[in-house]
Amino acid sequence: MSQATQDASRSEDNSIILDIRGMRVAVRTDSGEGPVLVDDVSLQLRRGEVIGLIGESGAGKSTIGLASMGYTRRDCFIVGGNIIFGDTDIRAISMDERRALRGPKIAYIAQSAAASFNPAHTLMEQVCEASVRHGVLSRAEARAEAISLFKQLDLPSPETIGSRYPHQVSGGQLQRVMAAMAMVAKPDILIFDEPTTALDVTTQVECLAAFRKLIRGHGTAALYITHDLAVVAQIADRIMVLRRGKMVEFGDSRQILQQPKEEYTRRLVTERVAGHSFVDANGAGEVPILAIEHVSANYPGKPKVIDDVSLDVRKGDTVAVVGESGSGKSTLARVVTGLLPRVAGDVRFNGLSLPPRLNERSKDQLRRVQMIYQMPDVALNPQHTLLETIGRPVAFYFNRSRAEVRARAIELLRQMDLPESFITRKTSDLSGGQKQRVSIARALAAEPDLIICDEVTSALDQLVGEEILRLLKKLQEDLGVAYLFITHDLGTVKRIANKVAVMLKGKVVASGDTATVFSPPYHPYTELLLSSVPEMRPDWLDGVLASRATGAAMTAALLRAP
Amino acid sequence: MRILGYKLSATAQIGVVIVLINVLVAVLAPLIAPFDQATPVGDAWADPDAQHWLGLDNVGRDILSRLIYGARMSIGLSLVITVLSFLIGVISGFAAAVAGGWIDQLLSRLVDLLLSMPTLIFAFVILSVLGSALPVLIVTIAVLDSTKVFRLARSVAINIVSLEFVEAARLRGEGWWWIVTREVLPNAIPPLTAEFGLRFCFTFLFIAALSFLGLGVQPPDADWGSMVKDYRDMINFGSAAPLYPAAAIAILTIGVNFVVDWMLSIHSRGQGEGA
Repeated sequence: MSQATQDASRSEDNSIILDIRGMRVAVRTDSGEGPVLVDDVSLQLRRGEVIGLIGESGAGKSTIGLASMGYTRRDCFIVGGNIIFGDTDIRAISMDERRALRGPKIAYIAQSAAASFNPAHTLMEQVCEASVRHGVLSRAEARAEAISLFKQLDLPSPETIGSRYPHQVSGGQLQRVMAAMAMVAKPDILIFDEPTTALDVTTQVECLAAFRKLIRGHGTAALYITHDLAVVAQIADRIMVLRRGKMVEFGDSRQILQQPKEEYTRRLVTERVAGHSFVDANGAGEVPILAIEHVSANYPGKPKVIDDVSLDVRKGDTVAVVGESGSGKSTLARVVTGLLPRVAGDVRFNGLSLPPRLNERSKDQLRRVQMIYQMPDVALNPQHTLLETIGRPVAFYFNRSRAEVRARAIELLRQMDLPESFITRKTSDLSGGQKQRVSIARALAAEPDLIICDEVTSALDQLVGEEILRLLKKLQEDLGVAYLFITHDLGTVKRIANKVAVMLKGKVVASGDTATVFSPPYHPYTELLLSSVPEMRPDWLDGVLASRATGAAMTAALLRAP
Repeated sequence: MRILGYKLSATAQIGVVIVLINVLVAVLAPLIAPFDQATPVGDAWADPDAQHWLGLDNVGRDILSRLIYGARMSIGLSLVITVLSFLIGVISGFAAAVAGGWIDQLLSRLVDLLLSMPTLIFAFVILSVLGSALPVLIVTIAVLDSTKVFRLARSVAINIVSLEFVEAARLRGEGWWWIVTREVLPNAIPPLTAEFGLRFCFTFLFIAALSFLGLGVQPPDADWGSMVKDYRDMINFGSAAPLYPAAAIAILTIGVNFVVDWMLSIHSRGQGEGA
């Protein structure tokens, strides 16, 4: 009872609404129970309380979210424990009865709002549909409730936004509309499954603030599932840390952040905190390896995506290009590689102009610029073995014999801290982090001068991503390769880049040494980005919102600027 | 029973057995057929007896022997045609997807042109003009069939080409041959295999239809479609003769479909894991 919510403004009734005890979820196999996904997890959610579930992929957090409604993914089943919602034993009732609970009693907010809305219907229709269908509200009541929720969620023009279609609002707005859809029927429990993960940092702040206001205003209980400890700290009263289906630690948010008891939690907390040191400028050499000079580019028949961008990368440099989605940072990479021909300006490599188009470049020019992608799953051919994947650039660029190719591939595997025996495995058999190491090995096999890293850690779990960054850093020290590091994650930038370029709407708004760009006086957009990165303290969001309130007009004007 | 490490469903097991029996019969036709397919051995429309289990046909040939040789002709012909149509369709479909631009436009419009005409009518015209010699038959049907293979191969390849490992190969400077054979093809095998089974069935039925109409396999060679045509009137006289080749067509089609369904199900299951 000591963990009852302290917030007096919430619902008086703080009885237990969801009681999960000793829950186990397993994969269904031909012979019965297969691998266990969630093992002996217990939690009691009280009315008005928010519990954060945090862990890496495979930790079982989404499985717990679904299981608390009595659902599982296909080919999985709940094998043990009790799930009591109010007075109802969810495991004891039929699927039809469970379906009746979902919506009016327990609502679910998924990661990708875009995939959850039907593009053919207006937002208002879809927001009201479930509660009207369940007979909870009349259509008029549902409309009125929806408009009131749009207001509470700080959506623009709440009276009329409902008549728009999903593609006519931004991703962050759609995510908030989805929260409204969940809240219309006034459920007892909201389940948030990574609702801000796909959003830009500045948008994430808005959504977090709106969600928190909504939950607090209505006194709704919630499970908040995320992989980002700093995010969940802003919204949850208690946090459960999960790993491989088991509970690692469960406690008050402040305690988890400030005095984590378990080693694993401590690592999660410290990896983020440790990052805040600037890297020394170690770039050297007179002529830059890569000089981007006043480059503009656009897709055929479309307006310019990047406009008059200039940037230098020297030997041993790590230059980060940061910006939100749509800022043109990935397009810049496509221009450098020649996938998208530039329309103006020049790209020089070791002082010589690179042809704009990929197929006009020589084999040697291609070899010297390599790329590592965001999604290791699609960046490697799933049908190829590691030998084929890593060996191909060696054979292709250097014309080596089979034995030499194999020896070089094994050498590269070793550099990546992967076992030699992996050489015959198919890339599809590897984990995400291992795949990313293979991508790096493939890039290094070409012995490049420059590697373009496009969001290389954002599809990976936090601790795995850290290992990849450490590996890249070590390789740079050993080999002197330069990185052009494209990312939206400012934490990463601070840790590994010595130079940074901040992009906004296709232009570089600030650039220079990381320490200079990220120290006052800031460019206003840099400041906005920096202040939007969640920090590992529960009061962070309050602080940001307070300071935004004063600078709100400036921020809004900046984001709207052409 | 397991194939390629996947468990066979009950229907797939039936399908595999049917296909195996048919293939064996086709391959071993001269050894197991009791009589020659083209030589009359008795009276026309003699009833079944101990020597001629299914009776004799309109010119006194053994129906069982013709059925066995017919398997060879029908299955062999369909297989050759399907393989040829896949060679044409897959290569051009992949080329269109990988090259894009005007090559894609040219090939796609050409295929649209061929598809805009009803296949049967088109085949009629060609076979009437050029005659029904086997090579003409094979090439005609293979080209017409390859348009459908082209469509599938192109759309499968377009999905694969958009993945980053293909972009990585392009950035490395690989030529289109490497991209088609090493990057795209291995990932397109499962959907193409399933399509191969389906197209085999369609080809098989199409030949049967052409033969039935007199434009397919020519006498005295036996094939199931022309057997149905030759014997069809006898159904009025209480003879089961036309039902044997018809049943053979139906059973093989069902068997192949069972196997194809199972292949499609493992393919889609494989995709589900990726999502």
